[in-house]
Amino acid sequence: MSEIVTTRIDQSLPAAGRAKRWVFRVGLGVVALIIPLVLLGLLAFLTLQAWPAIQFNGFGFLVSNDWDLGSQYGTPVSVDGHQVLPGASYGILFLIFGTLASSLLAVLFALPAGVLSAMFIAEVVPQGARDVVAAVVELLAAVPSVVFGLWGYVVVIPVFSHYVYPLMADVLGFIPGFGGPVGAGYGLLTAGVVLALMVVPIITANVREAISAVSRGDVEAGFALGATRFEVVWKVVLPQVKTAIVGVTILGLGRALGETMAVLMVSGNALDIPSNIYSPFSTMAAFIVSQLDSALQDPTGMAVDSLSEIGLMLLILGIIVNSIARLIMWRVRG
Amino acid sequence: MSSTVLQSRLEGMARYRYHRRRILSLLGWVVCGGFFVLLGFALVDILVEIAAGGFPALNTKLFTEPTQGVSGGLANAIEGTALLTAGSVLIAGPIGIGTGIYMAEKQERVFSRVVRFMADVLVGIPSIVLGLFGYITMVVGLGWHFSVLAGAITLAIMITPYIARTTELALLALPGSLREAAYALGATEPVVVFRVLLPSCVGRVLTGLLLAMALSMGETAPLIYTVGWSNYTWNGHLTHEPLGYLTYVIWSFINEPFESAHQLAFAAALLITFFALAITLGSRLILSRLDKS
Repeated sequence: MSEIVTTRIDQSLPAAGRAKRWVFRVGLGVVALIIPLVLLGLLAFLTLQAWPAIQFNGFGFLVSNDWDLGSQYGTPVSVDGHQVLPGASYGILFLIFGTLASSLLAVLFALPAGVLSAMFIAEVVPQGARDVVAAVVELLAAVPSVVFGLWGYVVVIPVFSHYVYPLMADVLGFIPGFGGPVGAGYGLLTAGVVLALMVVPIITANVREAISAVSRGDVEAGFALGATRFEVVWKVVLPQVKTAIVGVTILGLGRALGETMAVLMVSGNALDIPSNIYSPFSTMAAFIVSQLDSALQDPTGMAVDSLSEIGLMLLILGIIVNSIARLIMWRVRG
Repeated sequence: MSSTVLQSRLEGMARYRYHRRRILSLLGWVVCGGFFVLLGFALVDILVEIAAGGFPALNTKLFTEPTQGVSGGLANAIEGTALLTAGSVLIAGPIGIGTGIYMAEKQERVFSRVVRFMADVLVGIPSIVLGLFGYITMVVGLGWHFSVLAGAITLAIMITPYIARTTELALLALPGSLREAAYALGATEPVVVFRVLLPSCVGRVLTGLLLAMALSMGETAPLIYTVGWSNYTWNGHLTHEPLGYLTYVIWSFINEPFESAHQLAFAAALLITFFALAITLGSRLILSRLDKS
C-alpha cells in the first residue's frame, strides 16, 4: 500500500526530486549495511589471523594448561608445516576457567543486589524522588572500567586482603576453595566483587523498567487479598518479570565475560588455575592486553596468532551470549 | 466452653501468623534497602577516593605541560582523549543516525530486523576484541601503525550500534500522525525524515550522541593496541603517530613506584570520571525533561 502511494508520488515528481529520493534510498541502504558488515568483518579477520594458530594448536588449545612462547633466542623450527619457536605450546584452559569463574561470581553477587535494589527503588521510593534515587545505582554504569580497576586496586585489594579474606578463610575454610593462603588480595574474589558492581546497574535498570510495566490490576488484586506490599512484589510482580530477569542476567554475564581493564588491574595476571578463591588468575580478555607486548617478540608470529585465537573465541562467546540475552529480552517486550 | 477455647486459640494463631508476615515483609524491605545502600555506598566511595587522590594533584601545569616519563603534566593525554572522542563521534554519528533512520523507517523489512539484532549483539562484544581487530586490520594490515585514526575508527565501531539504537527509538517515539501528515502534504521521504521527523526528536538523538561520547571517553582496552602512547602533543598526523590519552595514564601509571606517577593517575581518573558522569547526568536530566513535555 505505502509502496504504491510512494511510487505514485515518485512519478509526479520533477526529475530532481526523484534523483534526491533515489540517493536517499540507496544511501540509507548502504549505511544500514555497515553494522552487519562490521560484525562479519570481525569474524572474518580474526579467523584469518588466528588460522595458523588454530591449525597448530588444535583441540589442545582448549584443554591444556600451558602458555609457553618457546625459547626466544632459539632458531624457529617447523612443526606440521608451521614455523614456531622451539618449545612453544599454547593452552588456555586456565583462562577459560578464570573467565567463567570470575564472571559467575560477579553474576552471583550482582543478581540479588540488582533485583532487590530494583524492587526497593520501584516500590519503596516515592515517585517524585525515584529518578534521582535510581540514578545512584545507574550512574555506576557511567564510571569508566579503568576507574573501577583503580578503585579495586587502591580500596578493595588492601581492605579485603587485610580484614575480609583472613576472616573468611578462618570461618569458611572448611569449604573447598575457601581455605588456604589469602595472598595479597589480587585474585578471583576481588575481581568478582569489582565486576559485580559493573554488572549491577544493567540488571537494576532493566528490572526496574520491567517492574513498572507489570499491570496495576494484578498488583491491586494482590493487595485486595490482604497481602503486604512486600508479598505483592515478591509473589505477584517478580514472577511476572522472571523472563526479563533471566535475559538481563545473561546480558550482564556477557558484560562480565569480556571486561578487560578492571580485571587486568585486580586479577594478579597469573598463568595458572587459581588454587583457591583468593588466588591470582587471569581472564581471556585481560590476557590479550597483558601478553600482546611479549607476543610481538615472537619472530614467527605464532604467539600473536594464538592471542587472536583467544580474541576469536571471545568474539564467538560474545555473539552467542548476547544473542541469547537479546532474544529473551525481545520476547519479553513483544 | 471448648469451642471458645478453640476460637481464642485460632485467633491467637491468626494473630501470630499476621505478625510473622508483617515482620518478614519488613525484613524483606530491609534487605532490599540494604543492597541499595551498599551499591550507593560503593558509588560514593569510588567518587570520594578519586576526588581525594585527584584534587591535590590538580594544578595548571597539568593542562599546559605534556607528560615527561612518569611526571610533568597531562596536556598531551587530555588533547588525545579529546581528539579520539571527537573523532569517534564524528565517524559514528552519521553512520549511527543513518542506520537508526533505516531501522525506524523500514521497520517492516526483514533486513531491518537483522540490522537491529546485529546492532544489539555488536554493543555487547567485548571492547578488547574490537581493539584486536583494529590492531590486525589497521595498525598492521593497512600499515597505519599506532595512530589517532585507527583508535577513532575502533571506538566508532563500538559506539555506532549504540547511536543507531537511540536514534531508532527516538524516531519510533514520535506520533504516527506526524509521519502521516507529512506524507499527506506530498512530502518526499527525505523531506519527511530530515525536515519533519529528525527536527522533532533532535533532543533525543543528541542525548544519544552525548551518552555515546561518554562511553567513548572512558574506554581503554580498544586503544592500547591501536593508539599506543606518546609523551608529545599531537603533530597533526592521522596515521603513523601514536598519541597519549587519559585512561592509559590511569592503568599504567598507578603501577609505577613513583609518587608523581600516582598523582598523574589520580588526576587523570578525576578528569575522566568527572566528564563521563557530568555528561551522563546531563543527558539523563535532558531526557527526563523531554519525557515530561
